Amino acid sequence: MVIPGNSRDMTVTDAPSSSKRLEWQLAEVRDVVIETYRVKSLLLLASGWQGHLPGQHIDVRLTAENGYQAQRSYSIASPPEDDLLSLTVERVDDGEVSPYLVDELRVGDRLELRGPIGGYFVWTAEKSGPLWLIAGGSGITPLMAMLRHRDRLPSRAPALLMYSSRSLEDIIYRDELDAMVGRDANLRVVPALTRQQPKAWTGHRGRIDRATLAAHCFPPAQSPAIYVCGPTTFVESISGLLVELDYDPSSIKTERFGPSGG
Amino acid sequence: MEETPISRGFRPKRQEQTPTDRVPPGQYVTTDFPVLSAGPTPHIKVTDWTFALQLGGSLLGKWSWAQFEALPQTTIKTDIHCVTKWSKLDTTWQGVTFDDLLKEVGLSEAPAPYVMAHCDGAYTTNVPVADLVGGRGMVATRYGGLPIAPAHGGPARLLVPHLYFWKSGKWVRRIRFMQKDERGFWESLGYHNYGDPWKQQRYDGD
Repeated sequence: MVIPGNSRDMTVTDAPSSSKRLEWQLAEVRDVVIETYRVKSLLLLASGWQGHLPGQHIDVRLTAENGYQAQRSYSIASPPEDDLLSLTVERVDDGEVSPYLVDELRVGDRLELRGPIGGYFVWTAEKSGPLWLIAGGSGITPLMAMLRHRDRLPSRAPALLMYSSRSLEDIIYRDELDAMVGRDANLRVVPALTRQQPKAWTGHRGRIDRATLAAHCFPPAQSPAIYVCGPTTFVESISGLLVELDYDPSSIKTERFGPSGG
Repeated sequence: MEETPISRGFRPKRQEQTPTDRVPPGQYVTTDFPVLSAGPTPHIKVTDWTFALQLGGSLLGKWSWAQFEALPQTTIKTDIHCVTKWSKLDTTWQGVTFDDLLKEVGLSEAPAPYVMAHCDGAYTTNVPVADLVGGRGMVATRYGGLPIAPAHGGPARLLVPHLYFWKSGKWVRRIRFMQKDERGFWESLGYHNYGDPWKQQRYDGD
């Protein structure tokens, strides 16, 4: 009898172990960077921080005066090499936590967090082969941690970022990405604007489609490590197209930002 | 942490819609249905679909889609809780309970105390049998009266609604009994081995 899927199953056969709890810790807001009209980066000093891998996230916990608490997850945008932890947060207008983080939080405020969390959607220098990142909107955040980490490496494998935003004003980290490309011949950035494009726009117009992916990609034979992050519909569409284009589904790692976040 | 600090200027917006008797701590209620998966959504034709129960290397039972659809059907209304903090109330699922699957293969009780659910896309998740029997778990094939969408785990997903929702493995194809507990996919990547939302067992060590 053939048991389906046995060889590829990601089961670890060790008996369950209990490791140390991720404790809540206080971080201090050291700087706030305005990224776009609806996105800010919070630079946090977390003195007890044990380090993280590019792509991991943290949980943030807010406590109101009446004791009510709200928790949300945010991807870490800073590379492991940085002293400050950077969270890039997009305001979800009817949200509960993100409007507070974007509009209310100031330098000197303190924030409870714990992490790092997630060991799958991560990329480190040890991974060989090309790196292919595909971001929709604020889904750039964990991918930026990977690019920033890669930017600090002495030798860099080829990398490609395809990055879809609504308009020019919505592009997060634009100047930093331009600078990275300027100093790194092995990095390509293919920007796409879906709703509004300036007249002189030379990037892709409209959604990233099958033809765009095929035109810029690392071919399947090069076995790129693929990371897709963005809103659910974006990730569903892109990852489906990648499977159609013959990329091994197990090489495609996805992270979806649900519409209900906030 | 000895004392939880007040977040200056933070005013709750969702407290009223978060009844503490139904929504576990740290969760908020959503009305839509977010999708969380580690990879691409597999699109599985029901004509290619089979489902199996397995003990060690031996097969206890195997069903085609048509055979599975002919098994006794149970409908439940339940709340679900995702470790990423959203909860969704009053979701309706239809499928075959774990109890009925055992009966179908002629077992009066489970042959081992743990299972690993094996899913398309190589996803796995481990669950104690005690959390599946007594009507607590099922293999669901309908959501809200309709076939489950592929992004939400269709054609069939495990449903263990009293545990965090990653335990309700999407695209389940095989349930394997184990004498000893083993860790599944997220359980090996820093998430809690059991995942009780009411105890906030989100991550290892919680």
